[in-house]
Amino acid sequence: MPLLDVKDLKTYFRTDDGIVHAVDGVSFSVEKGKTLAIVGESGCGKSVTCMTIMGLNAKRNTITEGQAIFKDRDLLKIDPDELRKIRGNEISMIFQDPMTSLNPVYTIGAQLREAVQLHENVSKQVANSRSVEMLKAVAIPRAETRMDDYPHQFSGGMRQRVMIAMALVNNPDLLIADEPTTALDVTTQAQILKLMNQLQRDFGSAIILVTHDLGVVAETADDVMVMYAAKAVEKGGYEDIFYRPEHPYTWGLLGSLPRLVAEGADLKPIPGTPPSLLQPPSGCRFHLRCTYAFSPCVPDVPELLPVGGESASDHAVACHLEPEFRRRESHDLLHEVMAEQQV
Amino acid sequence: MLEEPLLKVENLEKHFPITRGIIFQKEIGRVRAVDGVSFSVNKGETLGVVGESGCGKSTMARCVMRLLDPTGGKVTFDGQDITNIKGNDLFKVRREMMMVFQDPYASLNPRKRVGSIVGEALEVHKMGTAAEIKRKVQDLLEVVGLNPEHYNRFPFEFSGGQRQRIGVARALAVRPKLIVCDEPVSALDVSVQAQILNLLKRLQDEFDLTYVFIAHDLDVVRHISNRVAVMYLGKVVEVGEGSQLYNRPLHPYSGALLSAVPVPNPNVARNRKPIVLEGDVPSPINPPSACRFHPRCPRFQAGVCDVDEPQLTEREAGHEVACHYPLETWPMADLRLEPGRVAAS
Repeated sequence: MPLLDVKDLKTYFRTDDGIVHAVDGVSFSVEKGKTLAIVGESGCGKSVTCMTIMGLNAKRNTITEGQAIFKDRDLLKIDPDELRKIRGNEISMIFQDPMTSLNPVYTIGAQLREAVQLHENVSKQVANSRSVEMLKAVAIPRAETRMDDYPHQFSGGMRQRVMIAMALVNNPDLLIADEPTTALDVTTQAQILKLMNQLQRDFGSAIILVTHDLGVVAETADDVMVMYAAKAVEKGGYEDIFYRPEHPYTWGLLGSLPRLVAEGADLKPIPGTPPSLLQPPSGCRFHLRCTYAFSPCVPDVPELLPVGGESASDHAVACHLEPEFRRRESHDLLHEVMAEQQV
Repeated sequence: MLEEPLLKVENLEKHFPITRGIIFQKEIGRVRAVDGVSFSVNKGETLGVVGESGCGKSTMARCVMRLLDPTGGKVTFDGQDITNIKGNDLFKVRREMMMVFQDPYASLNPRKRVGSIVGEALEVHKMGTAAEIKRKVQDLLEVVGLNPEHYNRFPFEFSGGQRQRIGVARALAVRPKLIVCDEPVSALDVSVQAQILNLLKRLQDEFDLTYVFIAHDLDVVRHISNRVAVMYLGKVVEVGEGSQLYNRPLHPYSGALLSAVPVPNPNVARNRKPIVLEGDVPSPINPPSACRFHPRCPRFQAGVCDVDEPQLTEREAGHEVACHYPLETWPMADLRLEPGRVAAS
């Protein structure tokens, strides 16, 4: 049984201009000790998916539907007090921007201790020693003395580590990381990714990693879900997505990466820009930008169906194109580039 | 025959003073943002500049553009020393070099229409009557892939990628020789980023442009550049042809930087051993002595790297590096220099 099972999740926001369909029927599950990556461009609903699971959307203008079953409880329906006990304890979150997600007027130590003491009735000393231990685990030098420092005394990479320490201090079963390395330099990013992998091995947590960087996905994910305009367009193991992708949008994402294009050749970008979620396009939401679109794509919404019929594989795609054709195209477009690529 | 480079930068320095006191300001330190940078850019080529944030890439670009006044060194553009020129001379040079900025949201005036944003440089330099300028602007919009009828729209009506196209059109308006692109695609999504990169490449062929292309994304820089310079803490540590530098980096920092880039290919990504640098970039107020990379360098040799500053020297044709112990092999199979490696402090 999966640790988290999300079924047909819908999150709509009421705005002055109408209803924004930010997440529109997304299902996925996360197994214990595994990493699920959610990939897509900005505004495709990746972050909103996470915020909804964590119950962090503003109540007054949000409409939520669907289920998010975590250890036999539906996170979308349980009462707020119950959820508060789970949040930061059994499920915790790392936010994108380490600059703004720490409180500037409290010391790092106070913020870490708070995370411990909120969920467990322990003395300040115990909370303190656990926090120090966690700071050491995320490789912050001189952890004892740095506990009394304020966030501004840390660099970006160090702040992100503090965020990770705070998220992991209660040994969560599920860690939701929303673009944890986007604001960081590559060298710092490498440090953080290495750290997250290591901690996952040590603590056995499951991770939902939200990112737009396919490189990061290739390095860390077990399963991948590709989102476009509030819907999942393709889902599968990392090998399915990188070596046998079947959705034209996934092809486009891979074709836009300079690394995967032969030297001197042009990139193959996806034309146009992502659609507005106030009035999403009819049928397949990608049809306006899809070079393969044909008549059924405009009126009919494609279902996310397992590749190769039946539910034999985890690889699923939502596309009207003939499976045979998709397989051939996918092979032609990507296979050779991927196979020959060197470090 | 050796053609004169279009842009030549020698020993460029930009130090920002740190002062104390309100009336009597006393200098108590300096941020050495750019500290002795030299490079040249030939006509029609693209020089990529990479480095982590805070390494002085943007400050260097602004000094070259004379948006900041360098505190030392010399910038020669098209055979003319522009380091200290003023007034009318500077005005003339400004027509020849333009800039595309990072943030397409902040770099366009929200209260001006697209037409006047793109046409402003044409007006300033009196390059035609109002009607001519309007026609030129509409042509430009078409060239960068926007609808010429959007002439009267405001920036907020456009998406990030479209705004960056407006930024490119603005830079292109006066037909400059040099365009300095400061992280032009880092705020954009990958699919849109690829569109802008293709556009920049096409325009380079069409208008015979020379680019200085600054970015922190190494893959993007490789894709667009002929030559690449790697900066670390205000200095250039390595310069070379793109293929030289990416296939066989010589400086340990370039190596670490390259190996830190996630590879979008799982089988490759999971089987390589990246060199993960410890620690953060030191402060440019008090940079480490001699080779500035020595506290983080896996090949650090006590008594050499922290005493003697390495100069940028040519190791192969067109491939310069500032390191006492450049890498012999790539990928870095055996990083350590034996014997006598001292742990980085």
